[in-house]
Amino acid sequence: MTQTEFLNIVMPFKDKVFRLAKRLLVSREEAEDATQEVLLKLWNNKLKIAEYKNVEAFSMTMTKNYCFDKLKSKQAQNLKIVHSNYEEKNTPLQKQVELNDSVSWVAKIIADLPEQQKMIIQLRDIEDYDFDEIAKMLDMNNTAVRVALSRARKTIREKLTNTHNYGVK
Amino acid sequence: MVLNNIEKLLEKYENGETSLKEEQQLKHYFTQGTVAPHLEMYKPMFAYFLVNKQEQFTKDVPLKTKRNFNYKWISVAAVAVLMLGFYFGTSIYGGDLGTYEDPQLAFNEFSKSMEMISEKFNTGASTVSYLNEVNKGTSTLGYLNEIENATSIIFKN
Repeated sequence: MTQTEFLNIVMPFKDKVFRLAKRLLVSREEAEDATQEVLLKLWNNKLKIAEYKNVEAFSMTMTKNYCFDKLKSKQAQNLKIVHSNYEEKNTPLQKQVELNDSVSWVAKIIADLPEQQKMIIQLRDIEDYDFDEIAKMLDMNNTAVRVALSRARKTIREKLTNTHNYGVK
Repeated sequence: MVLNNIEKLLEKYENGETSLKEEQQLKHYFTQGTVAPHLEMYKPMFAYFLVNKQEQFTKDVPLKTKRNFNYKWISVAAVAVLMLGFYFGTSIYGGDLGTYEDPQLAFNEFSKSMEMISEKFNTGASTVSYLNEVNKGTSTLGYLNEIENATSIIFKN
């Protein structure tokens, strides 16, 4: 397999891998490293790519596992303080959009969700995957995905309603 | 779009029952134009989803095509070297060391070399003669047997 063939396969979903990694690891640099790692692993196993039924889903699973490993590792624990200091709204991308505070508030709410719900929100509401694909990526069954998604959406809505009503921030 | 419809969709959405298409409708409604005041709080959520979708991975990935070396060529090279070694080895040092044509001359040369060998052998053997002394020494140790006899008699009783 040549580089261009590989890139053609990988291009469509590399951003999705990156965004999932960023959702889990928070910092942009960490997420970039993770994405690079995942893509390199794919490249090194390029001979097997033809055997995979769904390269995209496979890569997402790989990303998830890689990020979990990162989060568990000692290094991540040492960096925890830095991570919680990291302000999501500093990303220039979000500055581009006329940023009302509540958009970054959403980011904070999502960051407070459990890892699994975080991933499901990311995969469903941002990347628009269907339930079967998500179930495959996260190695869960279909209904469990739905339940977790529903819980996550309700949490977000509740917290948003609260801030909206009280005018907190 | 009918507000009623949106509200229904929102309820389904929260229960995780909406299809992707219905979610697209919701996203469309909340990110374009005006939103009913009592649904205002959903707006940032959908805006956030939309913004996040645009983020891109910009870092380059160094894709190295690593040439995996084929180890069977090493064995081929080794065999070639061995063959060359055998070929040149035999042709340079060839087994033939030369022969004497005259039998008398050959006999003389042979006896000369044998003499030399025996001479060297004798000088070597003479230095070993002191081993006889050791033998003498051990033979005098024979009285140890007497002690053993004595002890066996004692312990028998």
